[in-house]
Amino acid sequence: MSALKNKLQSEWISRFIDSLLPVFATLAALLIGAVMLLFLRVNPIEAYAALWDGAFGSPNAFAETLVKATPLLLVALGICISFRGDVINIGGEGQMIVGAVFATWVGLTFTNLPGWLVIVLALLAGFAGGAVWGGIPGLLKAYFRVNEILSTVMMNAIAVQLMNFLLRGPMIDPSQAQLASKIPQTAPLLDIFRLPRLVPTRLHLGALIAVILAVLVYILLWRTTLGYRIRAVGQNPNAARYAGIKVQRYVVLALLLSGAFSGLAGATQVYGVNYRMITDGSASGFTGSAGFNGIVAALFGQLHPVWSIPASILFGALLVGANKMQRVVQVPSALVIALNGLVVVFVVSSEIWRRRRQRQRLAVGGMEEEPPPPHEKAGQAEAGT
Amino acid sequence: MDPIIILQAGVASGTVLLFAALGEVLAERSGVLNLGVEGMMLIGAMSAFSVTIATGNPWIGVLVAMFVAGLLSQIHAFIVITLQADQVVSGLALTLVGAGISLVLGEGLSKAGTVSLMPNFSIPLLSQIPILGPILFTRQSVLVYIGYLLTPLAWYYINHTRPGLHLRAVGEYPAAADALGINVFRMRYMYVFVGGMLAGLGGATISLAVAPGWFSELTTGGQGWIAVGLVIFAQWDPIRAALGSYAFGALRRLILDIQAPLTLFGMDNPFYYNPYWGFFLQMLPYAFTVIVLVIGSREAIRKRLGAPAALGEPYIRGERGK
Repeated sequence: MSALKNKLQSEWISRFIDSLLPVFATLAALLIGAVMLLFLRVNPIEAYAALWDGAFGSPNAFAETLVKATPLLLVALGICISFRGDVINIGGEGQMIVGAVFATWVGLTFTNLPGWLVIVLALLAGFAGGAVWGGIPGLLKAYFRVNEILSTVMMNAIAVQLMNFLLRGPMIDPSQAQLASKIPQTAPLLDIFRLPRLVPTRLHLGALIAVILAVLVYILLWRTTLGYRIRAVGQNPNAARYAGIKVQRYVVLALLLSGAFSGLAGATQVYGVNYRMITDGSASGFTGSAGFNGIVAALFGQLHPVWSIPASILFGALLVGANKMQRVVQVPSALVIALNGLVVVFVVSSEIWRRRRQRQRLAVGGMEEEPPPPHEKAGQAEAGT
Repeated sequence: MDPIIILQAGVASGTVLLFAALGEVLAERSGVLNLGVEGMMLIGAMSAFSVTIATGNPWIGVLVAMFVAGLLSQIHAFIVITLQADQVVSGLALTLVGAGISLVLGEGLSKAGTVSLMPNFSIPLLSQIPILGPILFTRQSVLVYIGYLLTPLAWYYINHTRPGLHLRAVGEYPAAADALGINVFRMRYMYVFVGGMLAGLGGATISLAVAPGWFSELTTGGQGWIAVGLVIFAQWDPIRAALGSYAFGALRRLILDIQAPLTLFGMDNPFYYNPYWGFFLQMLPYAFTVIVLVIGSREAIRKRLGAPAALGEPYIRGERGK
């Protein structure tokens, strides 16, 4: 009996350690960040204090963190779907942009409809726009075997130029078109089309929508046939094919849905934050790199939609805090990009210990093995062949 | 719109892609997919530029860039070779780390002014050849000439030398290579390092030769990703990688030139009169990459060519038949 008890205890401890791995990964990344700060002759304690203060120091700061976390979470939800289906979607930036363009067009066109209806239509349009932009690489992967990592990156670059074209050409604010400066932006949305704010801060309804969708995506992935099939294709496409699943269709669907959530993220940026589209010529100028950072958040949340909520808040806090850090100790806020990368480095590095302990658990207790998410199987990179 | 000038500039700017793609060919031939090319190029471009400012000698800048980018690549090597983690995720992380460090350390570099660049010169005799002379051998950067030398060298090395055979063995069937006494792990570390060095050289080629200066992440502007795409199109062959790189370089130049003249083929040039139409032209290199990937993949299926068999797979000693 005591042997069994010991076994269960060590089992419990090892699972506990597993769940703490992301925390260790963050601490390790912050530690290396501290070394970099020392290298830049900045006191890391002072810098991180400023970062914390910027992200959580006041209700406004925290609201700002949540505002930044919202698009991260929406993108991350899409990433959970696609990576579970063993489809690597790096196209969040482009999908956000196209979603935002679709949504903005709705708001600028249907100016005489009631506000709530336009908001609903706009969010749906954003969803559709992202789905189109994610669906194209999906079709290319399923039917032409084009590596989706590369095609989604290329679709990002194409979307940026599309945005630049539209915002300087057909969609430019008519009042700007008169001026010599010609700032590349659309006309502002009507006030009644703005997403309602939740508390007297900049926090908007989009955050709540994102959290609700996180639960829905969990249900989709683990409680519906569609989600089961996407995951089955991700785990083992051959087995899925023998089981009668139309693999190609679910590859397309995984990318299409993934893009749709990014598109929704773009739409909420327009309707909840900026109230118009404006470009500085780059993708990050509009997205704030949420299309990339959402991937980081999803990986950090272990590709689980609900765990992606705290993960997104963490990375939202890093982004907001970095701005404060830049003001207080004059460190470029780009440091956060390196920190994000380091977090992923440590998360992905720690997988080997998780796997090793999982094997031990299997050997010791015959416990049921949780299959790893497909991207961890390594070797699915099948570059274009 | 002089075709000679477009091709000449195309070869010059294609050299950036060439170095990065050659490096990726070598790394992938050893079985390691490194998606961090963009990050390694950025850190190469940044260190080349800043070291040249500090020392006044662009050669030192280039060497440091190669070393720093090689060093960065070893993070990826450690994660995917020793820790056997997922190569895609690690490569993405490397892109972020490389970009983040370059942007932090490169802050303020854009205002640094002019530095001494890598020398340009013409090759006597060869530059006299009609058409090819002006395109390939006239007033090109020394780095472009290095690219001419490196391409056949890499091809010969991979296909016709003993270490090249070992390289292919490690990428195709690491267990067999291991049984023959080849150190799979050391080989992979080495080729990831070489890949990083060449990506760094590509970055240095931007900041010290083709488009001198440091413009934060716009310095590379996604060329690292295009290079990864070219490797697939090139079927992991250095010669095809070179041709693809030069073609892309020429396309980029053509896109710039087509917007300049008042008339095009005897008609009013729409890109001159509606400058925002130019954004469509700027999509072309990326759209082309997608098309190239479609063609490359179809051809690979038809000819039953493919990626190195062990690409993306960690090698775990003693594991069933890998």
